[in-house]
Amino acid sequence: MKVGFVLAYLVLAPIVGGLLDGVDRIVSARMQRRKGPSILQPFYDLGKLFSKEPIAVNNVQLLLNLSYLVILMIAGSLLFAGADLLMTLFILSTADMFLIMAASSDSSPYANMGASREMIQMMAYEPLTLLVAVGFYLTTGSFHVENIIQAPVSAVFWMPGLLVGFMFTAAIKFRKSPFDLSTSHHAHQEMVKGITTEMSGTTLAIMNIAEYYEMILLLGIFCLFFINSNPWSWLVAIIICAVIFFMEILWDNVSARLKWKTVLYGCWVVTLVAGGINILILMLIQ
Amino acid sequence: MTMIPFLIGIPAILALMFPLIRQQKSRAILVYLGAGIIMLTTMTFLVWWIGNGAQTMMLYTSTEVWDHLMIIGDIFLMCLIVYLSIKYRRILPILLSISQTVLMLYTEFTTELPEAVHMTVDWLTILMCIIIAFIGGFICIYTVGYMKGYHNHHKDVKDRQPFFFSMLFFFLAAMFGLVVSQNLIWMYFFWEITSVISFLMIGYTRTEEAINNSFRALWMNLLGGLGFAVAIAWMAKQNGTVQLLDVIQIGGAFPLFCLCLAGLTKSAQLPFSTWLIGAMVAPTPSSALLHSATMVKAGVYLLIRLSPALHGNLTGIVVSSIGGLTFIAASMMAIAQNDAKKVLAFSTISNLGLIVGCAGIGVEETVWAAIFLMMFHSVSKSMLFQSVGATENTLGSRDIEDMHGLIITVPKLAYIMGIGIAGMYLAPFGMLISKWVALKAFVDSGNFILVLFIAYGSATTMFYWTKWLAKLLSYHIPRQTVNDVTCKDEYTSMIFHVVVMLLLCLLLPFVAVWIVNPIVRELFGNSKDVLSMSVLATMAIMLVSVFIVPAAMFFISRASHRELVPIYMNGINAGDNRYFTNSFGEKEHLYLSNWYLRFEFGRRHLRIPSIILAAALLILGFCLVLGGVV
Repeated sequence: MKVGFVLAYLVLAPIVGGLLDGVDRIVSARMQRRKGPSILQPFYDLGKLFSKEPIAVNNVQLLLNLSYLVILMIAGSLLFAGADLLMTLFILSTADMFLIMAASSDSSPYANMGASREMIQMMAYEPLTLLVAVGFYLTTGSFHVENIIQAPVSAVFWMPGLLVGFMFTAAIKFRKSPFDLSTSHHAHQEMVKGITTEMSGTTLAIMNIAEYYEMILLLGIFCLFFINSNPWSWLVAIIICAVIFFMEILWDNVSARLKWKTVLYGCWVVTLVAGGINILILMLIQ
Repeated sequence: MTMIPFLIGIPAILALMFPLIRQQKSRAILVYLGAGIIMLTTMTFLVWWIGNGAQTMMLYTSTEVWDHLMIIGDIFLMCLIVYLSIKYRRILPILLSISQTVLMLYTEFTTELPEAVHMTVDWLTILMCIIIAFIGGFICIYTVGYMKGYHNHHKDVKDRQPFFFSMLFFFLAAMFGLVVSQNLIWMYFFWEITSVISFLMIGYTRTEEAINNSFRALWMNLLGGLGFAVAIAWMAKQNGTVQLLDVIQIGGAFPLFCLCLAGLTKSAQLPFSTWLIGAMVAPTPSSALLHSATMVKAGVYLLIRLSPALHGNLTGIVVSSIGGLTFIAASMMAIAQNDAKKVLAFSTISNLGLIVGCAGIGVEETVWAAIFLMMFHSVSKSMLFQSVGATENTLGSRDIEDMHGLIITVPKLAYIMGIGIAGMYLAPFGMLISKWVALKAFVDSGNFILVLFIAYGSATTMFYWTKWLAKLLSYHIPRQTVNDVTCKDEYTSMIFHVVVMLLLCLLLPFVAVWIVNPIVRELFGNSKDVLSMSVLATMAIMLVSVFIVPAAMFFISRASHRELVPIYMNGINAGDNRYFTNSFGEKEHLYLSNWYLRFEFGRRHLRIPSIILAAALLILGFCLVLGGVV
C-alpha cells in the first residue's frame, strides 16, 4: 500500500504536475482573454529544454539542482508513505536550500538577488507550515500522516484558520503573484528570471520537474485537511484541492507583485492571526 | 574515589606551569600533552565509573580543609576583583563582589550545617565532563596555532600567551569542579572562578573596548553570583542544608528563583545577553571556549539540574518565557550582523534561549531536547568559532561578505564551516531534531507562546544561516590568491569536531538510548522514548542521503559534457564574470552583498525593547516570588 503510494507519487507527480501546469496556462490565458497553449505545452517545453545544447555557468549548478530534485522526491515520498509530517516539512526546506545554493553558486547578480528573495520567502512561509503540522498534531494526536488520514472527522473542521493561512502562504510555494518575488512564471520580472536566470537547458528542466514534485507535495498537504477515515473524503479532498488550485490561479492573475517587506510582514501577520489563533483555540479546548 | 581530584587538579597544575614557560615550542608541547592528559583522565574516569555500574555516586562527606581553602579562595577572588575595579575605576563590581562574599562568609560562620556529600557523579556530570574535556581540550590545542597567527596579525597587542593558556586551563579545572559539585558552596566557588576568568580573558587585549566589555561581563556574572549567594544563605537559614538536590526537592520558590537568575546571567539570556556579544573582542579561542564547552554551558547545566523543580510553577514560567523570548529576539538580531563572530554570538544566545526554554518547562521531553541541544551546540559552535578564527587569520577579516567564494579560495575551511552551519539548522542534523522535540514538547505542555516563538524563531534562524552558507559556496574567480596560514594543530582540532559532529548524527539513536535517556531518568526518576527509534533511524538514514545524493549527483553531472559560458550581467560582461561595462562605457567591478535587513531587524530596533521586556518579566517574576514568600 505504502510502496504503491510512493511509487505512484514518484511516477505520476511530474505528469500530474505538468498537466496542472498546462491547465494553469490555459486558465490564465482565458482569464486574460487569450486562447492559451495546448494542455501538453509544459511537456513540449521540457522536451525542448532537454534537447538544448548543454551550456552552463559553472560545474556545480546541475549537481545542486539534481540534489534539489532528489531531496524533494524524498520529502514527497515521506508524505505519501504516511511518515512524519514535520520531518517532511523539514526535508522540504533542506531541498529548498539546495535550490538557493544552486542559484547563488554562480555569483550572478540576478540569480543572487533571486536567491536572497527566495530566502525571504522561506522565512515568510516557514512559521505557518510548522503551525500547520502542530495543528494536525493537536487535532489528531499525531504527526504521522497515516494516523492523520484515519481521523474520524476531517481536520479542516478544527483548523479552518490554518487552512486559510496555508492557502495564503502556499501561493509563495506555487510561485504565484503577488508572492512571486524570487522567480516568476511570467516574463515580466523586474530582475530577469530571478533565481533561474543562469539556469538553462537540462538544469532548468530539472528545476521545473522538481517544482512539479513540490506542487503535488503541497496539494497532498492540502488533501490532509479533508481526508478522514471515510473513503469518499478522498474524492472530496481532490475536488477541493482543484478548487484551491483554481483560486491560486485567479489570485495570480488579479494581483500585482508585492515588495518583499509586504510579503514578509503580510505572511507573518496572517500566520499569527489565522494560524496562531487557531492553534490557541485548539490548545485551550484540548 | 580518587579520580575527581585529578580531574580538577591536573588542569589547575598545568595552568600554574604556563607562566614559567616562556618558549613557544615547549609551551606548545605542554598544551598538547596537557590536553591529552585531561582527555585521558576523563576517559579513565568514564570507564571506571561505568565499570562500577554507572550508579549515581555521592562523595566526600567531610572536607574540613577544603572548605577552609575555598573560603580563602573566595576572599582572594574578591580582593582581585576589588583591586582591578579600583585600578580601572569601576564601582559596581566592587559592590556586588563584596556583598556576595560577605554574605557567603557570614552564612558559613554563623550556620551549622549537617555533614553532607559535596560531590555527585551521575550521567549528566559525565556528559558535561566529556564535553569539557574533549571540546575544551581540542580548543586548547587549536589555540596554540591560532595565537601564533593572531600575534602575527595584531602587532599592537602585547603578547601575553602564557597568561592566556593559564586561564584556559584554569577554566577547564573550574568547569570540572562545577559540574561535579553537589554542595552549593563548592559550586559557588567554581562559579565565581569561571566569572573572573572569563573577565580576565575578555580583557586580554587591554584595549579600551576590551576593558569595557570585560567589566560588563564581570558585573553581569557577579549579579548572577549574588543570586547564587542569596540562594545559599536562604537555604542555609531556612532549611539548614546547602545541597543542590534539596533545593530541587524542598527549596521552595525563592532560592530556586535566585539560582535561576544565576543560570540566566551565565547563559547570557536576555536582559543579560550583552556581555556575551561584548566577549567577542577577545581572541577567538576564548570565544569558542566561552560559547561552546564552558561558561554558558555552566548556566544551562545549572538550569537543567534545576528543571525538575521548574515544572508548572511561576519560576518555571519566567525562565521558559525568557528563554523563548531570547531565542527569537537573538535570532532576529543575528540577521542584521555581517561580522561572522557576532552572528555566532547571537546564534549562541538564541540556541541557549531554546535550551533554557526547554529547561524551564521542566518535563522529561523538554529536558531530553535540552540535553541534545546542548551536546550538538557545543560541537558545532566550537567548530564554527574555530573555522571563523582560522579564516580571519587567513583572510585578515571576519566579515561574512569577505567570505564570498571561500570554497574557491580556502576550500578546507569552507567545508568545515559549511558542515558546522548545516549542523546548526539543516534537516537531518542534530540541532533540528532537538528543535523538533522541543516543538512537540511545547505543544504537549500547552505553552502557546513558546510554540509561536519556536515557529517564527526557526524561520529567522534559517534565514541567517542560509545566507551565510550561500556566501561560502559561491563560485567566482578570486581577486587575489589567498595563502592558507592555518596551522596543523588547528586543522586537527577542527577535523576532530567534524568527525564528532557526523558521528553524533549517525549514531543518534544510540546517543539517545545510552546517554540522554539515562540523564532524563536520573533527573525525573523515569524516562520515555521521546522520539521513536524508527524516527531516529530515519534521521540517520537521511543524513547519509544528504551526503550521498549530492555526491552521486556529482558523478552523474560530471558525465555530461558542458560548455561554460559567462554569466548575465545586464551590461556587457567583461569576460571573467567580475567586471561589466557600465553605461559610461567603463569597466565596473561587480559586487554582491547579502541582505541584512538592518532597518527591520537591526540591533538598534530590537535590542532595547527586548531587554526591557525580558527585564520586566524577570522583575515581575521576582516580585511575585518574593511576595509569595514574605
